[in-house]
Amino acid sequence: MKIKKTIIYFLLAVWALIVLFPFYWMVLSSIKSYASYAGEKIPKFFTTSPTLENYRSAFTAVPLARYFSNTLIFTLATTALMVIIIIFAAYAFARIDFKGRNLLFLGFLALMMIPNELVIITNFVTITDLGLRNSFTGLILPSVTSVFYIYLLKENFEQVPDELYYAAKVDGTSDLKYLFKVMVPICRPTIITVIILKVIECWNSYVWPRLITDDPAFYLVSNGIQELRENGLGRDNIPAMMAAVVAVSVPLIILFLIFRKKIMEGVSREGIKG
Amino acid sequence: MSKKTLSGVNGVATNISGWLYLLPALLFLIAFMVYPLIDVFIYSFEEGYNSASQTSFGTGGYNYAYILRDPYFLKTVKNTFILVIITVPISTGLALLISLGLNSIRALKRLFQTIFFLPYVTNTLAVGLVFMILFRKTPYTDGLVNMIIGKFGISPVDFIDGPYWAKMLVLSVYVIWIVMPFKILILTSALASVPDVYYQSARIDGTSSWRVFWRITLPMISPMIVYLIITGFIGAFKAYSDAVAIFGVDLNAAGMNTIVGYVYDMLYGDGGGYPSYASAAAIVLFAIVLTITVINLIVSRKATDIT
Repeated sequence: MKIKKTIIYFLLAVWALIVLFPFYWMVLSSIKSYASYAGEKIPKFFTTSPTLENYRSAFTAVPLARYFSNTLIFTLATTALMVIIIIFAAYAFARIDFKGRNLLFLGFLALMMIPNELVIITNFVTITDLGLRNSFTGLILPSVTSVFYIYLLKENFEQVPDELYYAAKVDGTSDLKYLFKVMVPICRPTIITVIILKVIECWNSYVWPRLITDDPAFYLVSNGIQELRENGLGRDNIPAMMAAVVAVSVPLIILFLIFRKKIMEGVSREGIKG
Repeated sequence: MSKKTLSGVNGVATNISGWLYLLPALLFLIAFMVYPLIDVFIYSFEEGYNSASQTSFGTGGYNYAYILRDPYFLKTVKNTFILVIITVPISTGLALLISLGLNSIRALKRLFQTIFFLPYVTNTLAVGLVFMILFRKTPYTDGLVNMIIGKFGISPVDFIDGPYWAKMLVLSVYVIWIVMPFKILILTSALASVPDVYYQSARIDGTSSWRVFWRITLPMISPMIVYLIITGFIGAFKAYSDAVAIFGVDLNAAGMNTIVGYVYDMLYGDGGGYPSYASAAAIVLFAIVLTITVINLIVSRKATDIT
């Protein structure tokens, strides 16, 4: 029994090492000076003279700060718009008994199965025709609704007891006021989960921004990293490249460590839907 | 009478407010999902449509015939299938082993779960660069992975710019690394939800742990395994950013392009401007995905019938 436990811990530790090693290596390479990195014929697992020089060159040689603020604007605007839109939609499905509700909801569920790759072609043409390439509007518009999050929130809204609604009606509270004064506060945990998951998705989005922007002034971090790799910094300035990679990765890792439980719960909900 | 009128008025108001609350979501979904879904089929039958000239030379199946003869497309189909066949079984099996391990320990469980989830919240493009550097061989250094396999007497290989199977290996390793967190998470919660009663009665009967696994654990979590295999197939067929992260934007030059990559290359970039070829390729991809999913469902139903 004891031996079995030891083996299990050993194997789990091996996988933990495989997961963590790339993170260790990016941090390590980012604090090696260019000269010492380039001089290592055999890679070293530590450095005796750490430097932050690479971070300076990552932020000065390419407009990394610009990519960050672009990503921040994109993430905040997309998430804010989406949350408002899905709150309204989920409320309509959960509380308002309008004609055609069930049929429409079925239609929404069917949309959940549509892969993004199939619709992105026309969206690319639409945004191009509207002259919205290289603009935040063009970046944001196609991703401000999510059928899955509407579904998730609707389920949660339905759990709020009907009595609260009737009591509010008797008091003469309007639907809109009821929604934001009662429903939203009660369902805050779900809304926060949705926000965090959307933020992660936005921060990492690559394909749509790549299609829709070719002006570096509108690059997001993913595109910035790719640009850096193809053209910036000189192909072999790995330490500076790694500094940029660390800078891009850190915000999400911090977010994850703060909201670990919420994120993991939210993601496993995605698994349950199947 | 008056009551009926009242509810009638109320009903209309309810209908209107219902649709009003839904209006923003509806508008966006129609503009960016429903319409594009119809449009992609129309594009795929507009033969040789070109964004620059805005003309096509007819209506019919030419786009499909074109891409199915295009050696670049066939290459992406081959790459994608190989990637799927390697990564789906390995990642699902490995995730099952890790989840079983996690489920059987108490101390440090939280810590391991947190660490194992990390790849989920990383930027694919950024971490891909790290993998590239770990595997890459340059004139100055053989790189870390080559140093390690060198200890086992294997001569250095250029994994990024070298032989086909070396490149496929790196890509597979990276894809598996990326998809593991989701699978581990789903399987650990599936394992945790198996009712303890079953295990207790098995213990009373003195059933061996091997038998407990095959007779209790596996049947109980098999719906989740089937779910992971199906979504795993779908996800792996749509692989693209992982390949870009490791080999760069010009995947055709690296010989590592995927079907999704072909769609985007046709749409945009140096060889782009052909939404009709892109649409045909996207539709072929989803015909493949749909077929595989249906086969998966049939096989899994048969398999669960037997047990």
